[in-house]
Amino acid sequence: MVDVPQWLIIILALVYAPIIGLFLMGIERKLSARFQGRIGPPLFQPYYDLMKLFSKEALVLNRVQILYAYLHLAFMMVTVVLLVLGQDLLLVLFAHAFSTICLILGGMCVRSPYSRIGSHRKIMQMVAYEPIMILMVIGIYINQGSFMGRDVFLLGKPMLLTLPLIFVAFVVAGMIKLDKSPFDVATSHHAHQELVKGITIEYSGPFLGIIELTFAYEVFVIFGVMACFWTTNLWAGLGLALAGYGTMILVDNLTARLTTNWMVRYMWSIPLVLALSNLIWIYK
Amino acid sequence: MKALARSPWICHYNCNSCNGCDIELLACLTPLYDVERFGVINVGNPKHADILVVTGSVNHRNARVLKNIYDQVPKPNVVVALGVCTSSGGIFAGCYNILGGIDKVIPVDVFVVGCPPKPEAMIDGFAKAIGLLDAKAKGLSTPLAEKPRICMVPTVRPEAEAPVSSEKA
Ligand code: SF4
Repeated sequence: MVDVPQWLIIILALVYAPIIGLFLMGIERKLSARFQGRIGPPLFQPYYDLMKLFSKEALVLNRVQILYAYLHLAFMMVTVVLLVLGQDLLLVLFAHAFSTICLILGGMCVRSPYSRIGSHRKIMQMVAYEPIMILMVIGIYINQGSFMGRDVFLLGKPMLLTLPLIFVAFVVAGMIKLDKSPFDVATSHHAHQELVKGITIEYSGPFLGIIELTFAYEVFVIFGVMACFWTTNLWAGLGLALAGYGTMILVDNLTARLTTNWMVRYMWSIPLVLALSNLIWIYK
Repeated sequence: MKALARSPWICHYNCNSCNGCDIELLACLTPLYDVERFGVINVGNPKHADILVVTGSVNHRNARVLKNIYDQVPKPNVVVALGVCTSSGGIFAGCYNILGGIDKVIPVDVFVVGCPPKPEAMIDGFAKAIGLLDAKAKGLSTPLAEKPRICMVPTVRPEAEAPVSSEKA
């Protein structure tokens, strides 16, 4: 392998992650439109949206809220860097959770009831998916004997063969992370919902742009983790990640939004049992 | 073309309309017309919007609300008024509570006539609005819309006129 300096990897990751993420979002919008019998926006629509948001007037509601938007982005960048450098997966998990907590706090520090209810629901979303994430990391630990992300590549055989049920559970958890139906209770990317725009309702212009940019990073993270389940062949990994992402889009279009309580009950029953039984199966 | 003109998000405010215009506006989002081809998204929040779409005849009660919503749309923005109600009051013209056109409350950039306008006419209006957004994004000043000459103004009975003038005084 060629020896690339670490700072170069970090810069490349930070620049290319959102570009890939936005491209995936473009594919999603096009695909959703086709599912609904529409032509849909151009493939590069998310780039235009982001550029537009950064060119709009900056309306500041309160300074703390803006600070949380920046922290949301910063922690997500830390997550991406840690993941790309193959660092400790538990640390990745914590940085990722901090990023979400910043978004929740940002939604809490305004007076809009929509934003506050959105924040409450985001907390419930975290309650629903975090156990799955932790079980996944434990599964990876049992599988390879360390928490380091880079050791996944030293395994010599794809993770999917030993952790198939955890992969399925992770796809479901990823749907919550990416606010897909039926789990898009806190905020949603299309149409109105009963919360209007939920947790991001009070952000406007460039600050909404920051949240969107963070979302692009997040799409990259979820996509990257799915690809890491097949490390021996690049194309197989990409195919696996695309299949997972495609399933998310399909289910997003097939189902309607359900309640928060249902989401927690569901996540703590079926995906959690799937992940746990996978752990019992591989436990040595 | 500026990025702003490629992703005009609309926010729709029903300013005392009969709901005809609103249903036709939603028809624009359906697979038949699909305005998302132009990047248009219907957001429910003026703070995320670029185009404020207003339907209905503004009255004394909601004029304040309309002004408030308009102030929440970040600049550069464009106002599109749908239906004859928004220009003259339409079928409500002459009622004691009708102001007679939303241009008395906020500056209007595009009027779309019809009662209700066809979705095709609305898409035409959005295309005009996108052109104006592009100009505004480049820092040019754009003229406000002229009131359409085709207005449904019924002859106003003198007794119906009286409260309007007393309210204004
Ligand atoms: S213009 Fe006609 S359809 Fe539209 S709100 Fe007025 S009365 Fe209703």
